Amino acid sequence: MEMTPAKTKKLLQAVVFGLCFGFLLQKGGVGKYHVLEGQLLFQDFTVVKVMLTAVLVGMIGIYFLHKYADTKLHIVPTKIGANIVGGLIFGAGFALSGYCPGTGAVALGQGDVLATLCIVGLVAGSYIYAEGSRYFKKTIETWGDKGKLTLPSLLHVKNGAVVAVLTLLFTGILVALSKTSN
Amino acid sequence: MTTGGMWSPYVVGALIGVLCWFTFYFSSQKIGASSFYATVAGFIGKAIAPKHTMKLAYYEENPPEVNWGFVFVAATVFGAVLAAIMGGEFALRGMPLMWTQRHGADSFMLYAVVSLLGGALMAFGARLAGGCTSGHGISGTLQLGVSSWITVIFIFLGGALFIRLLY
Repeated sequence: MEMTPAKTKKLLQAVVFGLCFGFLLQKGGVGKYHVLEGQLLFQDFTVVKVMLTAVLVGMIGIYFLHKYADTKLHIVPTKIGANIVGGLIFGAGFALSGYCPGTGAVALGQGDVLATLCIVGLVAGSYIYAEGSRYFKKTIETWGDKGKLTLPSLLHVKNGAVVAVLTLLFTGILVALSKTSN
Repeated sequence: MTTGGMWSPYVVGALIGVLCWFTFYFSSQKIGASSFYATVAGFIGKAIAPKHTMKLAYYEENPPEVNWGFVFVAATVFGAVLAAIMGGEFALRGMPLMWTQRHGADSFMLYAVVSLLGGALMAFGARLAGGCTSGHGISGTLQLGVSSWITVIFIFLGGALFIRLLY
């Protein structure tokens, strides 16, 4: 691969940001098996607290940057069939392994060496998908293919309106969660 | 259960939100984890069966290379090492306590099968849906992507259903 100075700079940013991400996930406790499985059992709400706070803070900043600094969004196309089926299959795997792709890497880093099994599975599953990718693109990934759709464009309202409503909603949920013991 | 070295989930979440601002602004990238494993699988495939691998639709569109997402997740592991050492939580561990309490200390074969299968299903589902709990669950939902909100809802639905097989 050609290494231009711009590319080197971008990969160095990936090193710094990746270190931060792993550091934060570990500190949040979401690399722990019982915390992740506890969330799926609705006994431990750490995962939802971390994710929802990240989404709240991230959403406000990203839409601010998008509007005032021309920062590009990176929206994944909506394919209703593939999103639903893929989500369900992912959820099944999440429950079975007790980790997700990011937190599995964190688990390995904090010394849970058997997370390697999940990681080997992740690599194998990726290749199995790739084997069928041409077929999936012509079938399930065409079901309900809506392109790059956002909630504001779906609802025909301004970005700021959705951000404002969701800011109130997420803050409310987070305050409610903070008052429970879990 | 030790909670030594842990930070408030709200503080961690807020800082991850800020980290997303940085990756969008400085790198024009969203945080995601699952594509790392597809890249690794691509490297292995390219080493063993290069012609076959590069003819697969997924790798035609996403040729395996040391890209931003690959370096990001590789660094994630080391970030976790650092945090665990600083918080006094770093130790080499075997099967999780929650697992052995439910399934016994002699259940390694079952644990191995369930972990491998779980990992494979996750990667397959993530590729089909276009992302995982990071790419859809955090980066996608905070951009208000419809695909991400659908996917994350079905991830937790599938997870809550299938965990009943184990607990």
